Amino acid sequence: MNVQCRREGLCLIVSITGELDHHTCESARHIIDDEYNQQGALHIIFDFHKIDFMDSSGIGLIMGRYKKASLLGGQVILTHISPQLDRIFSLSGLYKILKKAPDIPSALGLL
Amino acid sequence: MNRQNYMKVEFTSRSENEAFARVAVSAFITQLDPTLEELEDVKTAVSEAVTNAIIHGYENEDGVIYVACTLNGQTASITVEDHGKGIPDVKLAMEPLYTSKPELERSGMGFTMMQTFMDSLDVQTTFGKGTTVTMTKTFQSSPADL
Repeated sequence: MNVQCRREGLCLIVSITGELDHHTCESARHIIDDEYNQQGALHIIFDFHKIDFMDSSGIGLIMGRYKKASLLGGQVILTHISPQLDRIFSLSGLYKILKKAPDIPSALGLL
Repeated sequence: MNRQNYMKVEFTSRSENEAFARVAVSAFITQLDPTLEELEDVKTAVSEAVTNAIIHGYENEDGVIYVACTLNGQTASITVEDHGKGIPDVKLAMEPLYTSKPELERSGMGFTMMQTFMDSLDVQTTFGKGTTVTMTKTFQSSPADL
C-alpha cells in the first residue's frame, strides 16, 4: 500500500495504491492526516484509480477523514470507483454523506 | 462424482497476516473457476472475519487464527476460528454500523459485508473461549474439467 498526496487549490488529492485493509489503514491514516494538516487543505479528494482491494477498514478510514474535514467545513469526494468499491460504498451508506465523481477534474468542479 | 477438497492454515493474529489469509483462501478456491467479482467477494469476507478475530477476538494480543476451506462441488465453505474472548452479544455485533471500538475508526460493517458477499453466515461464539465464523458461497461458473 502506498499513499501519494498533492495539494490543488484548497484540496488535498489522496491517491492510494495497493490494498487497503485493517493493517495498511493505520499508516494510510497517519500519512493523510499529516499531509492534510501540514498542507493546510480544506477538502479531500480520494483517487481510487490504483487500489486493488478494500474492506470495511477502508470505510472507517474514509469516514474518519470526512469527520475531520467537515469540522472545518470541508468536503470529501470519492473518485475512480471500481464496481467492487461501488458495492462496498453503497452497502455502507457512504453516498448518503459523500459525493462521488468519475475523475479528479470533475470532483474539483463539484467544489 | 464430487469429492470434497480441504485446506487449513493457521497463523499468528497479527494484522500483517490479513493479506496472507485472503490470498490463501482465494488461491485455493481458484480451482472452482470463480468470476473476478466472486473472488473479490470471498477476499472481502475473509478479510472482515480475520480482522474481527485480531481486533476483537484477541484484542491485538498474539493468538492463533485458524482458517479452513472445504470445496464441495461448486460450493466453498470457509471457517475462521479464534480462541479469543468471544462476542458477548452476537445480535448486537451483527447490526450494521455497530462497533464496540469506535475509537479505532471501525465502520461497524464487517458482519454486514460477510452477509452480503457470501450466501450464508453463521457465528458460533462462547464468551471467554472464542468465535468460529462459517461462511459458504456457491460459484456460478463451472470448472472446465467437470
